[in-house]
Amino acid sequence: MHWKELWQLFAVFFRIGGLTFGGGLTMLPLLKYELVQKNNWISEEDLIDCYAIGQCTPGIIAVNTATFVGYKRKGIPGGIMATLGMVSPSLIIVSIIASFFQALMDNIWFQHAVMGIKGVVCALMLNTVITLAKKSLVNFLCVAVCIIAFLLAQLTPVPTIAIVVAAGIFGVITEKVRARRA
Amino acid sequence: MTYLLLFYEFFKIGLFAIGGGPATLPFLMDLTKHYDWYTMADLTNMMAVSESTPGPLGINMATYAGFHAGGVIGGVVATMGLVLPSIIVIILIAKFLTNFSENATVKAVFAGIRPAVTALIASAVFGLFQVALMTEDGIAIKPLILCVIFFALMHIKQLKKLHPAAWLLAAAVIGIIFQF
Repeated sequence: MHWKELWQLFAVFFRIGGLTFGGGLTMLPLLKYELVQKNNWISEEDLIDCYAIGQCTPGIIAVNTATFVGYKRKGIPGGIMATLGMVSPSLIIVSIIASFFQALMDNIWFQHAVMGIKGVVCALMLNTVITLAKKSLVNFLCVAVCIIAFLLAQLTPVPTIAIVVAAGIFGVITEKVRARRA
Repeated sequence: MTYLLLFYEFFKIGLFAIGGGPATLPFLMDLTKHYDWYTMADLTNMMAVSESTPGPLGINMATYAGFHAGGVIGGVVATMGLVLPSIIVIILIAKFLTNFSENATVKAVFAGIRPAVTALIASAVFGLFQVALMTEDGIAIKPLILCVIFFALMHIKQLKKLHPAAWLLAAAVIGIIFQF
């Protein structure tokens, strides 16, 4: 076991997790700085590849990236240490805030601040949805899938997992049909 | 028992939430229907805290949700449940599959899933709006106005690159000044 290098993996991803807001794509500049420029652990192409994989595998993209880089460096222990580094700042910071949140909510100033933040969280989430829609709704079929999935989610008790799985199967079927026609 | 359930539920989310942090939101909403770990109102607070603290959004949400259900240990258990599928799947891919993201079947599956995930997130955000921008007395008019104004500001070219934390901080200050 290379404790020193494992510890380094943990420390680097701890820094990345502790210094970025939002995760996913917002982390790319810092990842590039820490992994490509400073430590020379992977090439920039590998990092982009890793993002491509992170986006088409289940789970949190930041965690997928951490696991991938850690695994490439030091095998399974490396993947685990990098991931633990990535999630540790969240665990510490959010646990601390969560333990004070209820007590702080009794304070009228804090309530006002939270109501303001909620308004902006809504705006940020709306932005996320619009960005996603621009990227994912590239043709008529995508729009149709999106509308059907939205109606299913809003109007029926169909579980989220079922909708995801059905959409994946639908993707494979349409690809098969397209291949046969071509 | 709660810890076991937490781990199981968040493991499932980690396995099926495709598209990163925001994709966990519809699943977190599903949980409010089956467990009394947290309410929809708690969920909007979680979003506010998760957006305004460092770290991946999905991890922050899982930690907070777990904390609501079972304290500090609950937060750790939920987060570990969420990341375990990632660790397993990514290591398997890194070990056995080269060019995974170029594979035709993988591409087809995700071509189908992507628009559906957009719909699921849109649906969850719609639900979140109803909770965040409503009070017992009706529409919370001040946060709604702030939401509209900030949304417009976010699309001004010079402000597009502004850090989300800057928006959140500004919103907190405005909330205090104008007594939201």
